[in-house]
Amino acid sequence: METVTLQDYKTSEKSWWCPGCGDFGVLAALQKTLVKLGIPPHRVAIVAGIGCSGKMGNYINSYNIHVVHGRTLPSALGVKLANRDLLVIAAGGDGDGFAIGMNHFVHAVRRNIGVKYIVMDNHIYGLTKGQNSPTSDQGQKVKAAPFGNVESPVRPLSLALTAGATYVAQGFSSNQAQLARLIEGAIAHPGFAFVNVLSPCVTYNKINTYDFYKQMLYDLDADKDYLPDSRGRAISAVLEREELVTGLIYHDPGSVAYEDALPGFSQEPLAGRDITLGEAEFEELLASYR
Amino acid sequence: MPTSFAWMIGGDQGEGIDATGDVFGRVLSRLGYCIYGYRHFSSRIKGGHTNFTVRIAREKVLAPQANVEVLVALTQETIDRNCHLLAPGAPLLADSQLKPTLPEACRAQLVEIPLTQIAREIGAPVVRNMVAVGASTALFGLPLEAFAAYAREKFARKGETVAGQNVEALQRGRAFIEELGMAGRFSLPEPAPRERYLMTGNDSLALGALAGGCRIMAAYPITPATDIMEGLAGLFPRFGGAVCQMEDELAAITLVIGANYAGARAMTATSGPGFSLMQEGIGLASMAEIPAVVVDTQRVGPSTGMPTKNEQSDLMAAVFGGHGEGQRIVMAPGTAEQAFADGFEAFNLADRYQCPVIILSDLALAQWLQSVEDLPLKQHRIDRGAIVAQEELDRLTGEFERYRVTEDGISPRALPGMPKGQFLATGVEHASSGKVSEAPQNRVSQVEKRSRKLAPLRTRPEAIEARQVDDAEVVVVCFGSIVGAVDEAVERLRQAGVRAGRVQVRQLWPMPDLPLTGALSGAAKVLVAEQNATGELRQLMRIAGLEDSRYRSLLHFDGTLLSPERVVAAVQAMSVKEEV
Repeated sequence: METVTLQDYKTSEKSWWCPGCGDFGVLAALQKTLVKLGIPPHRVAIVAGIGCSGKMGNYINSYNIHVVHGRTLPSALGVKLANRDLLVIAAGGDGDGFAIGMNHFVHAVRRNIGVKYIVMDNHIYGLTKGQNSPTSDQGQKVKAAPFGNVESPVRPLSLALTAGATYVAQGFSSNQAQLARLIEGAIAHPGFAFVNVLSPCVTYNKINTYDFYKQMLYDLDADKDYLPDSRGRAISAVLEREELVTGLIYHDPGSVAYEDALPGFSQEPLAGRDITLGEAEFEELLASYR
Repeated sequence: MPTSFAWMIGGDQGEGIDATGDVFGRVLSRLGYCIYGYRHFSSRIKGGHTNFTVRIAREKVLAPQANVEVLVALTQETIDRNCHLLAPGAPLLADSQLKPTLPEACRAQLVEIPLTQIAREIGAPVVRNMVAVGASTALFGLPLEAFAAYAREKFARKGETVAGQNVEALQRGRAFIEELGMAGRFSLPEPAPRERYLMTGNDSLALGALAGGCRIMAAYPITPATDIMEGLAGLFPRFGGAVCQMEDELAAITLVIGANYAGARAMTATSGPGFSLMQEGIGLASMAEIPAVVVDTQRVGPSTGMPTKNEQSDLMAAVFGGHGEGQRIVMAPGTAEQAFADGFEAFNLADRYQCPVIILSDLALAQWLQSVEDLPLKQHRIDRGAIVAQEELDRLTGEFERYRVTEDGISPRALPGMPKGQFLATGVEHASSGKVSEAPQNRVSQVEKRSRKLAPLRTRPEAIEARQVDDAEVVVVCFGSIVGAVDEAVERLRQAGVRAGRVQVRQLWPMPDLPLTGALSGAAKVLVAEQNATGELRQLMRIAGLEDSRYRSLLHFDGTLLSPERVVAAVQAMSVKEEV
């Protein structure tokens, strides 16, 4: 078997993110994890959304599909159902996932689709030059809300937990080692795995900065008393700390992926199956219309 | 003597009207008759008037009949709303319990029949409608045994008692009419002893898709498309496939795009409101050159419109909907056989041309029962289009060029999982490698490449179906389910000495301008018949250069299915006007 190297996952394209953008850290952690696990690039499909984070797929040499704004998760489900042998990763930002794509997020969670969802959450709209996002803090002043944000932020972790998520983790883009570990856990998890990554926007978000997170984040992984095995405790733990936590928050070891729960669904990739319908089988189906 | 007969049953929604119509039509179909089963209903589950008509003929009919021979009324409203369809003296069977009355102008023969009471005596109030079916078999002189056999088969799973009660209901209803001396009131022509299927366009389209290799279906429930999802949900587990009921149509279309990108054959089915939501996704499939099959079963729009009524007003949305200029193929079946063929071939076209294929169906085709002689599976073969060979990828020294500029515009694709075939599929303009590019020269070459792909479809032979055009002075051009009404009108016009013909446009886009020009070349007049208020088909034809002084429009947009009578009148009016 060929060994997989970091070079295999590099593309010739120069990254278009601002210098210092948190998304560099997410890309690096993902690439490192894929190499560590020895997964060759052709076995990986990345479904990316619109926004700065959606450019992820431009910079990683896997199969990539860059879809319309907010629709990463249904597209990713389509990819997974077509070829269940692929590692399917959906990647997007907080606007893509929790504003325009919020509907799909909740439903992907409750379906427990075999997709790993990495959100690069910078609490701001970067690519459209600095509007509030659904995770922006209350009071944040931007050009589109010059008197301050009056909306209460979405709390992605507790939202996922109450919707029935079977793997919930939060990383911080400058803590590579932990983030890589969380992504590795997500990949190993059967079903939907949600890794929210606090990924600072150095250009437009002057509140949720690297320093802010370094000061505020509480590492649940380092807390010997915290066990990620109870949904109820997980919800309390993240809400008590206003979701300013990192680590594995919840993991359901009994998780059954959507594609495994579907009645009669192909165990082998549909994409490779013979799809010809036999004459006799067809006649049998037709007979029910007599 | 009439060549077809119509039997109507009406009542409140939720009273099993459709199921009863289905039984009556299905047994007649087994007896060798051609059936067209159509209904009037509203967007609710219980309450409100609904009716189901079974039109019975020796040859295939695909249009409603102007009158009905027999009306079975389970409510007074049924009588009030429909008795004008009966000729003087025609039997109107009404449940005695209603204490039914006829409107003053009505000259039908009111036959009070204790449907509810008989059903109670049998001990099963639900068999009331079967009493009416039994009575109807007597009026038409039909063999009761065929109905009894069907009831035994249909209710076998519910046990002998239920089956027996249904058979008894049939017998009691029949005896009641026989005692009145009304048996054999109508004599149907001898049926052609042929085995036929009785199905809707939704049924046959679902079968076509399955046969065409579709294994993933994602949709959001919507009238009148939902039967496709439900039909496949029952079938797919046998074939390893999956039906995903999504949270909305945005999810449905993007799931389909993801699945097709990864090499499966996937489809979605919706109606107008859902189709509007899918436009963005359809644009992605055009731009990223990903196959996708979308069924739009049209109903009345815009907005919620009239969800249970007929209209063909999504042509512009199908061809030009969404922003930007994307490639789409738009097919328009008009019969269940064509829905099967298109259901299969849409996947071949989507793979071959790597773009969205829209099957523009409509309510009457989608939901109304019709007789089908055969669905010829053997005439279709799966063609996956251009997929790069693994050996070719293995030989590559650089990146795989997914969007290579080719002469015919079609670039072989790699499927995820193929080593060395990695590429970026994106809705952003891209270079031949798939990487994002905004360079002017690249933009031009990629736009031109994508545009070139569909050119051969302009002359695709299956794109039109012409009948009796060679000697025709008037040719009626139509698409979709109204082809049945147009054919019937053409036949009547021919009988009346008018040399009429018809052309059914089977592929709305790319518009088959050359085949159409040929088919219409001999006509003195052209009538474009369609179910919308603005003449969308005629507008599309005009865009393709098909318009001159011979063209007129017949626009029908009241929500009912266009009738043969209206087509006949329109053609006759055209002839008269020109002579004056």
